[in-house]
Amino acid sequence: MAENSAASALAQRVSEIIVEHEGLEGPLLPILHAIQAEFGHVPDAALPQIARALNISRADIHGVTSFYHDFREHAAGRHVVKICRAEACQASGGNAVAEAALSRLGVTWHETTPDGAVTVEPVYCLGLCACGPAAMVDGKLHGRLDADRIETLVGEARA
Amino acid sequence: MKIFVPRDAAAKALGADEVANAITAEAAARGLDITLVRNGTRGMVWLEPLVEVETSAGRTAFGPVTATDVKSLFEAEFHRHPLALGAVETIPFFARQTRLTFARCGLIDPLSLADYEAHGGIAGLRAALEMTSAEIVEEVTTSGLRGRGGAGFPTGIKWKTVHDTPAAQKYIVCNADEGDSGTFADRMIMEGDPFTLIEGMTIAGIGVGATKGYVYIRSEYPDAIEVMQRAIELARHAGLLGPSVLGSHHAFDMEVRVGAGAYVCGEETSLLNSLEGKRGVVRAKPPLPAIQGLFGRPTVINNVISLATVPVIFEKGAGHYRDFGLGRSRGTIPIQIAGNVKYGGLFETAFGMSLGALVDEVAGGTFTGRPVKAVQVGGPLGAYFPRDKFDTPFGYEEFDGEGGLIGHAGIVVFDDNADMLKMARFALEFCAVESCGKCTPCRLGAVRGMETVDRIASGEPGALELLTDLCETMRDGSLCALGGFTPYPVMSAVSHFPDDFNATRQEAAE
Ligand SMILES: Cc1cc2nc3c(=O)[nH]c(=O)nc-3n(C[C@H](O)[C@H](O)[C@H](O)COP(=O)(O)O)c2cc1C
Ligand code: SF4
Ligand code: FES
Repeated sequence: MAENSAASALAQRVSEIIVEHEGLEGPLLPILHAIQAEFGHVPDAALPQIARALNISRADIHGVTSFYHDFREHAAGRHVVKICRAEACQASGGNAVAEAALSRLGVTWHETTPDGAVTVEPVYCLGLCACGPAAMVDGKLHGRLDADRIETLVGEARA
Repeated sequence: MKIFVPRDAAAKALGADEVANAITAEAAARGLDITLVRNGTRGMVWLEPLVEVETSAGRTAFGPVTATDVKSLFEAEFHRHPLALGAVETIPFFARQTRLTFARCGLIDPLSLADYEAHGGIAGLRAALEMTSAEIVEEVTTSGLRGRGGAGFPTGIKWKTVHDTPAAQKYIVCNADEGDSGTFADRMIMEGDPFTLIEGMTIAGIGVGATKGYVYIRSEYPDAIEVMQRAIELARHAGLLGPSVLGSHHAFDMEVRVGAGAYVCGEETSLLNSLEGKRGVVRAKPPLPAIQGLFGRPTVINNVISLATVPVIFEKGAGHYRDFGLGRSRGTIPIQIAGNVKYGGLFETAFGMSLGALVDEVAGGTFTGRPVKAVQVGGPLGAYFPRDKFDTPFGYEEFDGEGGLIGHAGIVVFDDNADMLKMARFALEFCAVESCGKCTPCRLGAVRGMETVDRIASGEPGALELLTDLCETMRDGSLCALGGFTPYPVMSAVSHFPDDFNATRQEAAE
């Protein structure tokens, strides 16, 4: 019962999102972004509905979601920490910042802590290259990080 | 009293929101009537959050300000204070610039059309509306403007192709994917002066006969996305966009589209596929996007800075713009100074300044105080320059002649702790992660390249020749510059820093 109503709630919301994007040229990415913003990932169960609405195949959509780093097939942890790995941040000490975060959480890139609290992902530049090392924690930007500060940030996220 | 606290993402990353909140609270506690403006950044990132205060006596700056400094700033009545910097225009880093594209960035409220117009905005569009479409295109050609996204293709020639290709629907696409490490000029202008981009795209639309524009912004830039969306709504409301641009018979409207975390989508044809809702694989050219672009229609695709520079060209005249520069690199270039530097930020100047002057004088050397070892110019596909190439003047042909490229004009400085073998390996790793997968030399070559660098590191004889061969294969056999130019950082690291690739490096390090 509960599963059925969850499924119909999903279907309901997905169809609303599809309607909201009617009239756009090339609506697939905006729809996928909206679905991910709502559910934290792009649920497999949403694909047939999108496929029907846009007159493309499920495989087409899967091809798209798997191509882009942003789209998730499964929900991330409750907090997402994105740490810049690109050159300008490396030049200002980014590797040490990344190592500190990963070892503090005991995970590697793309992993989530076993308690489901924090997912750590690499990002290649946040446009903060003049104040690196940089990271984004749940959408909030942080510049001029060092090992201590990132440990505090991931510690707070985990708490 | 007017107080400016930047809303720029870099300023926010350094605490600008907290400073803005503290200012509002402190003013309220003191019963002071202030106007808080969230401006763009002036581009001196090491001074952010940089707070400016405007009174009848003028506008002066303080920075870097933290929330805890706010109380003492009020106590000092924004007068004598240890963080006082004087007028922004007197700070040497700023005074030395020629600001054309970025003239308004940080100066005005980014979301005030009145401010925009009071500082020269819309004048370019009004001038363009007096011209024929052919004259508009000709003006851009005369200015000498070349694409700021990396390839340096003359913007006027691209526009002319679209102008001359008849079609019921044409598009202006702005490439705001800005994926290159060490670059943030697109982000800065979108957050600090979004109407400039809207005006530039509108002029492009009128020039080539396109009525619809898209700004494709990378998802890593939530602030830029928000500011652009709000600016577009305001422009629509004011009749700057819509069925009758400024009351003329020209229609033009635009919308923001958000990328999804793929570096390759900065490549123009991959970007078009992405806009169409497809995988962002690179298309073979021809057909050129100018002839068959978005949804198969003639499309101008230009970088943010290319388009945001168009208004000042029409405001001041193509000749004014063209008079700046060096050789075939005309006008100004917003150089982004990043990495291990003392003074990082955006420095707009005429083409021609030497790399050494930029690194040693403007950037002030390294933040760590250690000697500069290498400078990567032009993003992850750009070459690493050693100190003995520091006399290279900033220009397209000049950098090409030294085995490099200026790309989107980011320079990333490394001190002598940098291990160039690791940087070469990273370039290949990045290529492997971001490859669109269409061609084998890129997709597999990058992975093989990483393994080969590891073999060099472990002292295996012959591995260096193998890496050189691999790079040649990638350079010659790749469809786009991701696979084709990754050899630049790799081979420049090898040839300028041979000690880091020496078979005995490990023993030396021990
Ligand atoms: C892998 C790759 C990534 C690119 N990324 C960008 C980018 O982020 N922004 C950009 O404007 N151009 C980028 N380009 C260059 C574009 O393909 C294209 O040349 C540019 O958008 C044209 O605009 P312009 O003439 O105004 O420079 C990239 C090219 C390649 C091969
Ligand atoms: S070089 Fe790489 S990114 Fe470019 S088209 Fe080929 S596989 Fe795709
Ligand atoms: S390289 Fe890290 S923010 Fe740009």
